[in-house]
Formats: sequence, C-alpha cells, structure tokens
Amino acid sequence: MEIIVCMKQVPDLDQIRIKRETREPVLEGAPFLFGAFEKNALEEAVRIKEKHGGKVTAVALGTPKLKDLIIEALAIGADEAIILTDPVFAGGGSASTAQALAAAIRKIGKFDLILMGEGSADNYSGQVIGRVAALLDLPQITYVRELQIEGNRVHATRDLEDALEIVEGDFPILVSATGELNTPRLPPLTAILKAARKPTQIWTPADLGLTKEQVGANAALVKTLSNRAPEQERKQVLFESEVDKSVDELVKALQKEGAL
Amino acid sequence: MGQVLIFSEQDSVAFELLCKAREFGQASAALLGEKVTGKASHYFEYGAQKVYVGEGAHLACFDADVYADALAQIVKVSNVTTVLIGSTKRGKELAGCLAQKLGCGAVTDVIGLTTQEGKIATQRYALGGNTIATDVIVSEQQVIAVMPKTFEASRQPAAGETVHVALKLREPRVRIVERKPKPTATANVEGAEVLICVGKGIAKQEDLAIAEALANRIKAEIGCTRALSSDYHWLGEERMIGISGKKTKPRLLISLGVSGQIQHTVGILGAKLIIAINKDKAAPIFKIADYGIVGDLYQVVPKLTEKIGL
Repeated sequence: MEIIVCMKQVPDLDQIRIKRETREPVLEGAPFLFGAFEKNALEEAVRIKEKHGGKVTAVALGTPKLKDLIIEALAIGADEAIILTDPVFAGGGSASTAQALAAAIRKIGKFDLILMGEGSADNYSGQVIGRVAALLDLPQITYVRELQIEGNRVHATRDLEDALEIVEGDFPILVSATGELNTPRLPPLTAILKAARKPTQIWTPADLGLTKEQVGANAALVKTLSNRAPEQERKQVLFESEVDKSVDELVKALQKEGAL
Repeated sequence: MGQVLIFSEQDSVAFELLCKAREFGQASAALLGEKVTGKASHYFEYGAQKVYVGEGAHLACFDADVYADALAQIVKVSNVTTVLIGSTKRGKELAGCLAQKLGCGAVTDVIGLTTQEGKIATQRYALGGNTIATDVIVSEQQVIAVMPKTFEASRQPAAGETVHVALKLREPRVRIVERKPKPTATANVEGAEVLICVGKGIAKQEDLAIAEALANRIKAEIGCTRALSSDYHWLGEERMIGISGKKTKPRLLISLGVSGQIQHTVGILGAKLIIAINKDKAAPIFKIADYGIVGDLYQVVPKLTEKIGL
C-alpha cells in the first residue's frame, strides 16, 4: 500500500504573543510544530502500514525549519518525506496549498490512500482536502474517527453533527482524520535517531511545474485585511487568599456583577 | 453586488443565510436531492427570489463531490457571483471542493459578514482562536461558508420563482453503508445561560460530582474541554467547548481546573462574565477571566457551592 500523509507546519499557538497596542499577533520566535490532527493522520498511516504493509510518505509545506521538524514525522513512522519549503509557496492560502500538494502527489505518482487532518491547527479551514480532491479528481471522506482497510477499499466511520455515517470508498481516496481516530505515539529516542537517516527530498515549484502565478502570495485568492486579537476587556481580578476568604470575595463580586 | 446563491444541507441554516443575503442583493437558493421541489415554498417564505432545484437519484444522499458538481452547474446557469453555504461539517467539505471547481477563493467557519468597498468581507477565527481575521475574496466568484446560528432567520415572503436545472452528475464514489443517528443531545451548552466548564484539574470521573453539585446549586449546564470528552470519555462530545466543539454565550461561566489553551477558550469568549478556578496562578485561563480564585478546586468548589446564593 502506498500512503501519503499531508502535513502542515504551524507556529506553536500557545507561544504567540499579542502586541498590546495594535492587538496584532507576533509569530517571530514562536517555535514550529505539526498540528494535532495531522499527527492523528500520520499515526493512522503508520498503523495501516504496520498492519497491511506498504510505504508512508509524508508531504509537508512550510518554512526551511521544516527540515528539522520533519524528523518527527519520520520518527513516528513515515518512510520518507517530501518538503516544500521554497518561499514562493508561502502566503498563497488554501488554494495555493492545494495546488502544491496536488502537484507533489502527482509527482509521487503511486498512491492508494492520502491522509490529512480534519483541519490545520492554525486556520482550521478544512478546505484543502476538498480542493485536492477536485484537482486530482479523487473521492474524499472527511471527519473519520474509525478506519479499516479491506483489500482495495476503505471502510470509514465519519463523525458528523447529527450522526455517525459508515461509508466505503475504493482506492485511490482522500481521508481526513479527527482527534478520535487514534492516540498518536510518542516516538522513542531510537526512532528519532534512525529518522535522521531516512530520505527527505526538497521539491521546488519548478520541480512541480508550478509558477509564481499558480502558488504563493501572487496566486492568493483571499486577501486578509486584518488579523487581530479581540479586545481583552476582562477584569482579570485574582483572589489569592486562603479558601474561605477567596470564596467570600468571589461571591461578593458575583453579587455586585448581578450574576447571581 | 451581484446575485447571492444560498445552499445548506440543513434547511434551517439556509434560511438564516437567506435572511442575511437579502442585505447584499438578489438572494436565491439551491435545493438538491432526489425529490425536493416541494421544499421551495419554504425558501420563498424566507425571502428567496429564485429557487434552483436540482433533482436526481445521485443527489439522494449528500456527497461533497456530487453536490459540488451540482452547485457549480447551477452557478453557471444562474450567473451568481457569491455562494453562501452553511459551515457545517458537510458544508466545509463542500466549500473547498466547490471553490476549486469554480476556480475561486473561499473562506469557511465565518462568524461575521460585512461589506467593504462593495465587496463582502468575512470574519473568522485564525491562529487557533487567538485572533479574528477579516478577509476579502479577490477572485470574481466567492464561496463563503458561514457558521450556523451566526444570523437569525426571519420570515419575509417573496414572490419566488422555481427554476429546474438539468444536471449532469456522476454516481457518488463514496457509498453510505449505514447512518447511526446520534442520541439527541442531553446537553445544550450552546444555549446555556449559566455554564460550568470542567477541565483536567478534575482528577477522576467520580470527582465530576463536585462540579455537578455546584451546577445544581446555580442551575448551570456542564461543558468540558476536549480531554474530558474525546480522550477520557467522561462526558459526551456534545459538551465539548472549543474551536472544534461548541461555542458558548452564557451570561455566567465558571471554569474549573481548566488551563485555558486557546483551542478551548475560543469557545467561551462569548461569555458575559468568566470566573476561573485553578491552582496554577500562571494558567492562561486567568488572562481571560473577570474573576479568578487561585486555589485547589477540590477545596474551593465545595465551599463555593455552600456559600453561593441564587
């Protein structure tokens, strides 16, 4: 089985600072990591490989720091990685990401199952899978919480708002993973050390036959006018005395606020 | 501004969007399914000036690819520039697929719509909930998926026209084997006026009783962070509050043993008053709380339950 896992490098959201005056986010200095749902996707890919045999290729878009971060994916169990780190890829939004991923997948050539997270940790737009599906003319199964492989097809349980939907689809197919799909493993040190020896390729836009008009900031179909933290109007009053006193103060505050 | 076409697999969400769309111009709606013409009259009641009906066996069950093809064909026939869909899970998987087939930009999980220089501007959470991004789609056509309950539906009957569109569609490539309806939610955290949210500060499932005692005292609903529902299964997923869960707007929210990571707190920012109890003074929850007690919830909450009045 040939499995491709699409992953997005995102800034660590818990380490984003907000500028006090402008309310704008400061991403410089925030470390990068992979989001929770792509880890579920990768974990599933590795489990499928362990059970059915085959190969897992991780494809990731991001900054040059991806060269270090991708080791984590290889340590978890991807056999090889393809990273798209050229600055030309940056700033294009979901449409550009989908173009780049679709082109990389076409270049990889052989694939049965393409896995990704239900949404990225930073934007959570959920658009990319549908776009890649349209670009490659593949079926998609989203919000999967259980997945089985039966010969040349997948059997999946989708977690929708009103129901669990049990569906089937033949290879090749795209699947997006929810947090309920599995519990991602933490690779042991031995795996991390071995990972550095697994092959990682860097593919450029030229390698993928893509131009600046097709990917990146020039190709962006959505323009962000502003991106700001909402005004923080919370009182942030803290009661730090011993229990009885703090509780009394809180109850008084609640009464004053008319909350009770 | 051009015509706006509404679609949601949930009629109630479509009605909400129809009402908002009327502000922007001509509002029409798409109805897809095996036999759906009868529903058109409801759409006229909510202000649709045209209802484009696409019927056929291949549309019997929602399939993102088939529905995207159907809507793309309706867009072509109707000359519409803006497609508004409900940002449900089905809506989101549809949005990307449809936008790609139309070759246009899309924004999903939209929580607000305004107009800027004659274009529709969207608001959505970004950076995991840390910020709100205002975007404009620069392509000629646009697909915008709006969160359910962002707008209110109100009846404004229009003399509408039903247009049947002959569609060329493929059979769905994903086969539905079974649909298991989820048990009707025992909780309504989204609509709760008074809400208690529990997090990993609760050490074991039995200890939820501490929170329940407080909830009973102040007549609160109980919600939780992702860990307690999806990981530990102590509480149903319908109680999960956060970016991939419920968004709440209570007048009073009491957060117990919650550290306050943004993926969760984005679901409580709509609360009028936020109270937090956590033994870690540095917990991020205190930054978004109006009042907080730094202390052990196992001691604080029983005392609070005892002393709180209603």
